[in-house]
Amino acid sequence: MKNPLDSLWGTVICGFVLTVVLFYLARAMMGGG
Amino acid sequence: MGDFIQHGLGRWLHIMSGVMWIGLLYYFNFVQVDAMKKAAADTPPTGAGITKHVVPRALLFFRWGAVATVVFAFMILGDKALDVLLFREKAYVPIGIGGWLGLIMLFNVWVLIWPNQKKILGMVPATDEVKATARRVAFLASRTNTMLSIPMLFFMSSSALFHAPMFAR
Repeated sequence: MKNPLDSLWGTVICGFVLTVVLFYLARAMMGGG
Repeated sequence: MGDFIQHGLGRWLHIMSGVMWIGLLYYFNFVQVDAMKKAAADTPPTGAGITKHVVPRALLFFRWGAVATVVFAFMILGDKALDVLLFREKAYVPIGIGGWLGLIMLFNVWVLIWPNQKKILGMVPATDEVKATARRVAFLASRTNTMLSIPMLFFMSSSALFHAPMFAR
């Protein structure tokens, strides 16, 4: 599989996906489920 | 007065140095990487001036901008820094996550990007094989930082969002 970081837009998409994942993690850590 | 220096001045300097750091990171990733590929494909190659005059200066402000950003972040956090990084209160979680992302990015700048850029630019001796590896490591570390900057900026600016009704269950 190609490394998404080799592509600029793959990098940006990974950043947005990571933001969503970390948002739900933060919300769970804060007791919001 | 102390509060003004810690929070007013500290926040201003943190944002200013952060713009310097992330602005240059985005310059490298959104502009220079692609431009250098095209310059290398020219006949004769036309990227030498960028490598000689632009990259060392951009890297200077980039790596010290990173240090200044983190130093001013700790100035703002003051004696709460450890509490934030260890998530000791629920309210600290968003800024704590943003802080950890920033620290990982600072590590990447000084441990992965800058030492390898010195080899690529010929500031330290390196064989062609070592230079090729250095180029790949520096590139991936820079791309990793671009990726991490997206959630980092979200968590730096979103503390209020976590308390907004639209995000509550």
